[in-house]
Amino acid sequence: MRGGLNKLVVVLVLVTLWEGYVRVAGVSPLLVPAPSRVLMGFGEYIRSGSLLRYTVQTLKMVLGGMAIGTLVAFALTALATASRWGRDLLLTLTSIMNPLPAIALLPVALLWLGIGPRSLLFVIANSVVWALALNMHTGFETVPVTWKRAGQNLGLEGWGLIRHVYLPAALPYILTGLKIAWSFGWRTVIAAELVFGASGQAGGLGWMINVERYNLNTTGVFCGLVTIIVLGLLAEALFDALEERTIRRWGMSAA
Amino acid sequence: MRPVKLQIRDLTATYRTGQGTVTALEGIDLDVYEGEKVVILGPSGCGKSTLLKIIAGFEPAARGSLRLDGRPVVRPGPDRAFVFQEFDQLFPWQTVAGNLAFALRVALGITGAAAERQIAEILELVGLSRWAGLYPHQLSGGMKMRVAIARALILRPSVLLMDEPFAALDAQSRSALQAEVNRMQAETRQTLLFVTHSIEEAMVIGDRIVVLSAGPGRVKQILEPSVTGLTLLERPEGAELRRLIRQLLEQEKAAGEMAS
Repeated sequence: MRGGLNKLVVVLVLVTLWEGYVRVAGVSPLLVPAPSRVLMGFGEYIRSGSLLRYTVQTLKMVLGGMAIGTLVAFALTALATASRWGRDLLLTLTSIMNPLPAIALLPVALLWLGIGPRSLLFVIANSVVWALALNMHTGFETVPVTWKRAGQNLGLEGWGLIRHVYLPAALPYILTGLKIAWSFGWRTVIAAELVFGASGQAGGLGWMINVERYNLNTTGVFCGLVTIIVLGLLAEALFDALEERTIRRWGMSAA
Repeated sequence: MRPVKLQIRDLTATYRTGQGTVTALEGIDLDVYEGEKVVILGPSGCGKSTLLKIIAGFEPAARGSLRLDGRPVVRPGPDRAFVFQEFDQLFPWQTVAGNLAFALRVALGITGAAAERQIAEILELVGLSRWAGLYPHQLSGGMKMRVAIARALILRPSVLLMDEPFAALDAQSRSALQAEVNRMQAETRQTLLFVTHSIEEAMVIGDRIVVLSAGPGRVKQILEPSVTGLTLLERPEGAELRRLIRQLLEQEKAAGEMAS
């Protein structure tokens, strides 16, 4: 709580310095708009509903991509847990794909899937699937043998054992994986939308900051940036609350 | 004679090492009767834990037969509820009551008011009613063990298997829990198969004490003390028994040293 207060003070001081500097030095708003100007810009964006539209579009893409990535990651993990062959497949694929920033796949995605949401979803899903699968797999592999046997002792086997023992036992790893997946996906969606912006597709926040740059609306660019930051912070808070209610409450150490 | 709950015949277990196949248990014959407490005692590495794991269905036997209530044992199941050596055998994502409710629901399909009544009863029996809403990580080692015992007892298994459950506890908690096990067993008449390496523990708990030899584990002798419980330790026949068991185990040690 004290840490939060300190951060707030730092932010307020920085914003005040920024405002003061812009006013005293008379910097052109085309280069650096003052915070007060950005705030007014927000007012307009919110009134017109366009900020909400951009935000919803971006969230739709990142959540859709994460959902696809999570399903694929779960399937890969199940395969890797069930067989040696699946394990080799997962570990090889992750070591190949991990060093490749998913955004680098955008050109081939555009070739294969065309300009549109499908390409976006493809790169976002790619950005989340490997980190998530790797963490899930580690989580599954490190389930204590005593818990497995305690589950078997109650008569659980197969899917029942996975659902009632493996999944909750691996939750610290799964949450870590989801957090990494989110941060990868979030970076990827903004970057991909920057590229899409040029092609005039209905876009999200990345598209917004690129278009407002074309329009020489620097205030709009800043509004977009602030929105991206705020959404990122909200996601972090959401994960924090989720951990508080689950693994920390249960005394399970995070990975 | 009371009916046989668990019948073990010619049970043999092997495991592979780099050098080849090692026999852990050889030709174990044992009958466990309804309502009795049988303790399996032996030096470390004699395969006593392996024996319990085979009975539980966690590990396969190389040879021999295993019958529970007359039916062959094939896979793990709640009719052989297991109390493990580790403190962390409860599911940390469920409360004390939640762990018990989960066991009842999954193993026996009991839910609702019937489950609640049984959970309240068993918590009363192990003296943990006040802690029903706590999560396992909020409990001491001894309390976790009590809950683990409660989770096994609530399943009303044909035979309750306990694998050195108190080995990691401090001396005080250990003797308290040994007395608890005797009290609960007296109340429920639960058939119990208990593995330990401690002579004192075997004497306090066992109606019969099965002494295993080491490398490979065989039944060396089955002892039946005239009295049981804590009082045995203080009586002259207790001292006699302790001397006898120590002798049996020392022969083992000597034999083991000669072999190696």
